[in-house]
Amino acid sequence: MRARYDVAVIGGGVIGALAARELRKYELSAVVLEAADDVAAGASKANSGIVHAGFDALPGTLKAKYNVLGNAMMETVCRELGVTFRRNGSLVVAHGAEEEAQLQTLLARGRENGVNGPEILTREQVLEKEPHAADGVTAALYAPTGGIVCPYGLTIAAMGNAMDNGAQLLCGFEVCGAQKEEAGWMLFSSDGRQVTARVVVNCAGAGAEYVADLLGGASFRIGLRRGEYMLLDKTAGRHVSHTVFTVPTKAGKGVLVTPTADGNLLVGPTSVEDEVYSTAVRRPAYDEIGEKALSMVADIPLGQVITSFAGERAYSDRHDFVLEWGAEGVYHAAGIESPGLTSSPAIAAKIAKEVSDALGARKNEKFNPVRRSAHWFRELPPEEKNAVIARDPAYGKIVCRCEEVTLGEILEAMRSNPPARTLDGVKLRTRAGMGRCQSGFCQPSVFNELMKEFGMKAEEVTKNGGKSYLIMGGEL
Amino acid sequence: MMKKQLVIIGGGPAGLAAAVAAYDAGVRDMVVIEREERAGGILKQCIHNGFGLTRFHESMTGPEYAQRFLNEANARGIEIMTNTFVTDLTGDKKVTCMNERGVFTIEACAVILAMGCRERSKGALNIAGTRPAGLYSAGTAQKYVNIYGHLPGKRVVILGSGDIGLIMARRMTLEGAKVECVCEIMEHSSGLRRNIAQCLDDFGIPLYLEHTIVEIKGKERVESVVIAQVDKAKKPIAGTEREIACDTVLFSVGLIPENELTKRAGLSLDPRTKGCVVDGNRETDIQGIFACGNVLHVHDLVDFVSEEAEVAGRAAAEYLIRGEGERAYLPTVSGENVTYVLPQRAEQGKDVKLYFRVRSAFRGAMIRVETGSAVKTYRRIAVAPGEMENVTVKAADLANAHDIKISVVREA
Repeated sequence: MRARYDVAVIGGGVIGALAARELRKYELSAVVLEAADDVAAGASKANSGIVHAGFDALPGTLKAKYNVLGNAMMETVCRELGVTFRRNGSLVVAHGAEEEAQLQTLLARGRENGVNGPEILTREQVLEKEPHAADGVTAALYAPTGGIVCPYGLTIAAMGNAMDNGAQLLCGFEVCGAQKEEAGWMLFSSDGRQVTARVVVNCAGAGAEYVADLLGGASFRIGLRRGEYMLLDKTAGRHVSHTVFTVPTKAGKGVLVTPTADGNLLVGPTSVEDEVYSTAVRRPAYDEIGEKALSMVADIPLGQVITSFAGERAYSDRHDFVLEWGAEGVYHAAGIESPGLTSSPAIAAKIAKEVSDALGARKNEKFNPVRRSAHWFRELPPEEKNAVIARDPAYGKIVCRCEEVTLGEILEAMRSNPPARTLDGVKLRTRAGMGRCQSGFCQPSVFNELMKEFGMKAEEVTKNGGKSYLIMGGEL
Repeated sequence: MMKKQLVIIGGGPAGLAAAVAAYDAGVRDMVVIEREERAGGILKQCIHNGFGLTRFHESMTGPEYAQRFLNEANARGIEIMTNTFVTDLTGDKKVTCMNERGVFTIEACAVILAMGCRERSKGALNIAGTRPAGLYSAGTAQKYVNIYGHLPGKRVVILGSGDIGLIMARRMTLEGAKVECVCEIMEHSSGLRRNIAQCLDDFGIPLYLEHTIVEIKGKERVESVVIAQVDKAKKPIAGTEREIACDTVLFSVGLIPENELTKRAGLSLDPRTKGCVVDGNRETDIQGIFACGNVLHVHDLVDFVSEEAEVAGRAAAEYLIRGEGERAYLPTVSGENVTYVLPQRAEQGKDVKLYFRVRSAFRGAMIRVETGSAVKTYRRIAVAPGEMENVTVKAADLANAHDIKISVVREA
């Protein structure tokens, strides 16, 4: 299959998805090439989900600039896309004089970066905001503009809206070769497909250096830093109400304790340098996370853990974002580590501006920025739910009992942009399987719906694409 | 708003037995709410036999046992609302439900909680490694095999030697999988002794006691697990790690009573049973709300679930006739080697059958029942945590007592 596009975006993470959406605000044909079998397959589904206030990034860096811009845009973008965003505020806690001095540094940095409102709190003031603050906490930096968002929810919604507005998504398209053409690039997938585009945007995350080398050479190197997390039951979701950080070190922002946009409690991440890409959780991670977290927040009910996971963060050797043109017709958006999620709306806008200027594209007057929330049904009052159920009884059938996800929502997930074709795809879009029983109850039902919807045999249904088959041996 | 005298939440063995007992005690205006397409609960997928030995003196399969009660319910014309989920329960017995006809609330005079339990998930165990396809809780694998006819994998390691893990070891073997081993973190299995014999020994499947899985490996599908021996504190012992190639891991690591609705109603849970506090009639702290079966405490034998449910059903009927009342109670106390006693309180002036579990297993046991200064003892050939025990205390013995204490000691 060979098709021509104005723009090919390599990478279907939060950057690629938002970029595709921004690009469609211009009269540019766009395709997103994603190596995995679904969007948000890499760091975009395995990060802290924090919208940083912006006091952490070094002034003058791209991180600082795009953090502040992105933070300001997040509320509107989330409202348009029907994604939950909560500005719950950040607290960076200090233990003693040395760390308190570092808070002052962050405060000054924040001011220089143009962040509104951060202030230093005494221990008493911290306890008013967070009664569970640990005994050793002596002060904290409070930043009211910090927030939380569901990172894979944002990615899926942005991609869906981009596709609703005419962008294409090709999954399982692993770029393994590229050829410079007269007016652009031809991109080859390892499964034989080809795509041609006038401009290529490289937001390939952990693969950005590899992709850059294919596209005329990389002026940066990508390193990998793994972050491991523990996710606690919603019953622990109110243990803290702000996002609580420790004072940052060279290895990163460190372990944090935060509510998630969906009401769980998230603890982590660690920071592990990797030579080889890995999403395994190391054996010592649990104690490391627990120890660090308990030094910030007391009595965390770690026994209510429902799952743990890890993600690889791609960072550039510049220790800043790479946002620049490379070879002719290639734009790089690489090394988007923290505050990458926060910066994503602003980075996406920057990419679209650069590319549309380069191609002299006009605005797309038909662009519709609005997408209905994936969780629209569960937010309805009973009378309105009944009206929906009367029209479509599938919304009256609960499939995932822990998260109360109905069959109607699961069918929607398989039928709306970008369509879910795997167990995890349904999970990320609907939350079916994310509850305390971790799909023990609903998995066979979701499995059956996937089989039915896509006419798959039992041995063809996967957990998350590729060879992640769930059943070995069909009919008994 | 719909009104019903009695609403029973759950149409499994507990709910069905409670419904039949309530009917036979005079209740007519009732409904059983069941979330699946057919009643019968978890028994529908328990196709092995061994059910009903105590109650019917027959060895039945799970579906056969459930069908007995379903037949009784149908013969009495008891309404069972299937494909219906209960999404909320209030302390004043308003039951909110949802099905393909919509969301609606039933105002009940009495409610029986019979929601059963769920399996503890692998995610709660903090096992290191990756999260590939091929990891299943034993019950989920059982559903794939027995209800849908799909084989989850071919080379299996099972964590947990509770009954579900043991049954699935045999089940997977019978369907052509190779079960490499069953790992059990405790020094003894929590399953029924007959299941160890009939599911592991008979098939040559090794049982590694005091072992656990410390890491899972595999990119897209499970490729291997690393198991290790554990010390008395249940911590892995360095140097005892062993990697076992496999493509499937089944987790049988505990059952948790499904009490989300119970909590919504404002009832608190006993941390030892993970179910609510009840009296000999299985009435909870809220008069008119009763609980029975696995939602109250995890049972080993469904025969006792049925018996318990009948107590709750009759008590609900009596409540509907008699209304609320004042009762005098004495607490039951867990003594030496007893993890819990149920019911947590007994009514003064009534006989009470007490169920309890022992902390450790041994042969030659004496059950001591202390009521005030009186002590009665009962011999048991052997006791084990995985086999629930019971004793009946007569009303006369309670007259001068402040509590009832159960202990289990070794025979002298």
